[in-house]
Amino acid sequence: MVRTLGLVSAICGLIIVGAYQSTYDAVAANKRIATERAVFKVIPAAKSIAEYVALPTGGVEPRVGAGDMATVPGAVKFFAAYDESGKLAGIAAEGAAKGYADTVRIMFGYSPGCQCVVGIGVVNMRETPGIGDKIITDKDFLANFKALDAKLSADLSMLANAVKTVKHGTKVNPWQIDAIAGATITSRAVGKAIDDSAQALLPRLVPNLDKLAGKS
Amino acid sequence: MNPTTAKTWDEFMEGIWRQNPVFVMVLGMCPTLAVTVSAVNALSMGLATLFVLVCSCGLVSMMRKVVPKEVRIAVYIVIIATFVTVVDYAIQAISLALYDALGAFIQLIVVNCIILGRAEAHAAKNPPVPAMINATGMGIGFIIGLFALGAVREILGAGALFGVSLFGSNFQPWVIMVLPPGGFFVLGGWLLLFSWVERRKRRKQSGKLGEATQNA
Repeated sequence: MVRTLGLVSAICGLIIVGAYQSTYDAVAANKRIATERAVFKVIPAAKSIAEYVALPTGGVEPRVGAGDMATVPGAVKFFAAYDESGKLAGIAAEGAAKGYADTVRIMFGYSPGCQCVVGIGVVNMRETPGIGDKIITDKDFLANFKALDAKLSADLSMLANAVKTVKHGTKVNPWQIDAIAGATITSRAVGKAIDDSAQALLPRLVPNLDKLAGKS
Repeated sequence: MNPTTAKTWDEFMEGIWRQNPVFVMVLGMCPTLAVTVSAVNALSMGLATLFVLVCSCGLVSMMRKVVPKEVRIAVYIVIIATFVTVVDYAIQAISLALYDALGAFIQLIVVNCIILGRAEAHAAKNPPVPAMINATGMGIGFIIGLFALGAVREILGAGALFGVSLFGSNFQPWVIMVLPPGGFFVLGGWLLLFSWVERRKRRKQSGKLGEATQNA
């Protein structure tokens, strides 16, 4: 009995290792392409990206190595996107917040020029089809992110005005997001994801923007 | 047809029609209801299950003489889990979008009762070739079942098939069809249709039988 179990485990182990080895490169390439596509979507001018981390101490440095293990605790990952001529086209970062069904993970583009959020894309969500998933398609909702104000306060320690989702039809300020009627919870998750991520990232990023700009 | 071919054909057709896992045995309902929101998802889930089914039935059948009866279920599960892991990696390598869409249901193929059922009821008692033929039939029957649900739900719930819009922009999607209740509605509809066809066939047969007795 023990011999049989050992034999079965050995065969199965070999098959699994074989499958892992032979798909590893393709899976890694797929993940990279998926990230690039998500960044290019929120910063249309981008042609290439570089991965950076914003350290809790305030610095910004290129991210080396792969996987989550390569990051320092408390560091925020972001992508610097460059256009054809190698100029900085924008910053993309991920944010996540609890939605209606599960965590909504989004990618948003930040333009240092206008100090605003210029586009969002959904990385992963399980919101209700036809209701919550309107955040991908609803034109009025997406119009919120053409120039969503994300200016820092004078001492650069936090956002001057927190990004906030408001009830449908009550948006008055450029830092507010007009929620989709009927999908308020998902809309709020998007707002919170941007706010959380921007509050953590931008105070560290903005003073160091010149470090990113020179790179080609 | 000579007897051997006829028997092989019977083995193959068993899963497609007479013992169709979805419409006749009503097995594997968890993936059936959950992933059939679109035709592509349904087909890929079906193909993944087919692969696992055929490979694990082949291996189970090859090992049927060395596996002690006391631990057979454990051995089957290990074998099935191995091939599920292989499929899991393969789908990640092919398309991350598809992997996200199918979500946890790929891993849950391990506990799909169609597969364990086939391993226990057929593969463990037959040589590899008939076992794999029977498994192929069952797998194709499962694909047909999933596709029947997925296609109907995508057409009604999203107005498209394979992502191609069918009715133009004026079509108001019947959203409930891609939500969980829609799965039950469509499955119920198909089961109704199948049992109606079955009953009609049986009535015709008994009618003929009755005529024959009267004539005699």
